[in-house]
Amino acid sequence: MTAVVEHITIPDRRGPAGRLSDFFWKHPHVLLTVMLAPPLLWLGVVYIGSLFALLLQSFFSIDDFSGLINYEFTFATYRQLLSETNLDIILRTVSMAAIVTLASALIAFPIAYYAARYAQGKWKVLFYLGIMLPLWSSYLVKIYAWKLILAKEGIVTWFLAKVHLQWLLDAWLSLPVVGGNSLSVSYTGTFIVFVYVWLPFMILPIQAALERVPGNLIEASSDLGGTPAQTFRHVLFPLALPGIVAGSIFTFSLTLGDYIIPQIIGSSRLFIGQAVYAQQGTAGNIPLAAAFTVVPIVIMGAYLYMAKRMGAFDAL
Amino acid sequence: MSTAVLFDNVSRHFGAVRAVDGVNLEIAEGEFFAMLGPSGSGKTTCLRLMAGFEQPTGGHIEIFGETAEGVPPYRRSVNTVFQDYALFPHLSILDNVAYGLMVKGVGREERRRAAEDALAMVKLPSYGSRRPGQLSGGQRQRVALARALVNKPKVLLLDEPLGALDLKLREQMQEELKTLQKSLGITFVFVTHDQGEALSMADRIAVFNDGRIQQLGSPEEVYKQPKTRFVADFVGSSNVLPAKLCQKLGVRSAYASLRPEAILLSPPGEGALSLNGTVSAHSFLGAVNRVVVDVDGARIAVASPAALAVPNVGSPVTISFAAHELHPMEDA
Repeated sequence: MTAVVEHITIPDRRGPAGRLSDFFWKHPHVLLTVMLAPPLLWLGVVYIGSLFALLLQSFFSIDDFSGLINYEFTFATYRQLLSETNLDIILRTVSMAAIVTLASALIAFPIAYYAARYAQGKWKVLFYLGIMLPLWSSYLVKIYAWKLILAKEGIVTWFLAKVHLQWLLDAWLSLPVVGGNSLSVSYTGTFIVFVYVWLPFMILPIQAALERVPGNLIEASSDLGGTPAQTFRHVLFPLALPGIVAGSIFTFSLTLGDYIIPQIIGSSRLFIGQAVYAQQGTAGNIPLAAAFTVVPIVIMGAYLYMAKRMGAFDAL
Repeated sequence: MSTAVLFDNVSRHFGAVRAVDGVNLEIAEGEFFAMLGPSGSGKTTCLRLMAGFEQPTGGHIEIFGETAEGVPPYRRSVNTVFQDYALFPHLSILDNVAYGLMVKGVGREERRRAAEDALAMVKLPSYGSRRPGQLSGGQRQRVALARALVNKPKVLLLDEPLGALDLKLREQMQEELKTLQKSLGITFVFVTHDQGEALSMADRIAVFNDGRIQQLGSPEEVYKQPKTRFVADFVGSSNVLPAKLCQKLGVRSAYASLRPEAILLSPPGEGALSLNGTVSAHSFLGAVNRVVVDVDGARIAVASPAALAVPNVGSPVTISFAAHELHPMEDA
């Protein structure tokens, strides 16, 4: 072989930029430190720090006469938190969050399954657009729109009247607890809007989890004699569980903390978020507000612990 | 001996793509049958048609005399060893192997015993409590085999099961699979693109290309008497003699195949059936030297024993061979 190989000369890039990249190449951990320092400071100091300060606040109490905060360590605020009215608020919020999470998971799974297993090309784009589009519009606008939809003069009542099913709605609204004057002032209304607003946060993690399940596992189960129902129970569901748990963390904690939806849509009974809002605002009881915010943290901690114990993260 | 799998003019078209196009084959019970071909030749689709993951768009399939069309995979007494094993990552090895029995409602104690027996058969006893992620590729392959065999299938389908293993392990597994098949007496249908694997393991081979079977026969037939240029090319590395050389040798066909190891190199002017040419390249392959000889513009590969001297590039040589080594081919 006599072919001449022409070598490409690498240009000599010295200068400050070149020296900097050489330095980072020789000391990769320095680069890592430089990149991670700001977010770590943010997470560590600003975020965790303020959370800790919040926790600390809940162990102070308020002087009933002067309305000033008494900076002495006490469980008085927690005793106050466990009073009947406040427990009522906690129970109401947790029940709503649990039902919203369950309903979101049930609605989200088939959608996520379709998107992960069948949607391709433009259908996949359409799926993402359909899921994300509602997130682009203002939260408040959406909720007020729902108020109109669910109102007594709204489209739901109008439609049901047109198809002669008004009696069904009336029967539902006459039920205790879930009923009310109209959908927009009932727990049912609150529930519907919560599910609508948080649904994308459930669909996307489930879709991501299902997307990671190799198609041949489904085929393998079928090949070994598993009917579609058995394949779902023994293969698909366990492998999608981390996604469902991730989604439920979103829907559960977002519902626990929200104070706008129950204020605009639903009966006027308080949720945790509203209680926090009222305590730190008009009532000026910062310690009690802090104690209220500890509740979702404790509940989420217990929830994650149970999920881990049940093996929800084994397939990760 | 009865027929295990019957394909009667089976086609599977995906829109305009003819993945499988008019395939006829009959696999006997207890046979080790290989489907050999390059990727996209339709061999895997044929396997998926047997497993039930695909439905034919034309023709008729029978498995042990029963019509297979419209029968879902979970109602077929056929099990598959998947290319990348498809073990369930969230289940232990024992639960993986016992899966087929579990979904069929076999009791816990009984399926545990059966799964342990199956693991012992593939030489992985005491691995039951591990997870698939903790096993090597070769071990996973054995688990996949145990998981399929524990169901006592009538036909075992293997989709390139040795493709991901390294050479040494592959040779060992080839031997083990062959022994296992003989001792169990189960029909094995084996898909591979490795001709060496097909030749060494199978009782019969179907060579696929473009969705059709090019040749169906014993390994020896397929190797020594390729019916088409494609088979000659794909199975081993036969020389295809063009029409010009065929005429010179008095063969009445457009093309003829000639295996490199059937050719003798000698100084010019010798031999009964012979051609003259010049050496254009050679390379050392261990047991043999591969010498490429240019004969009237056709490049003929010769496998010359390493013990013999290698002629220099550019030197004139004669290649000679016995008349029965030259196989006329269909023009395809």
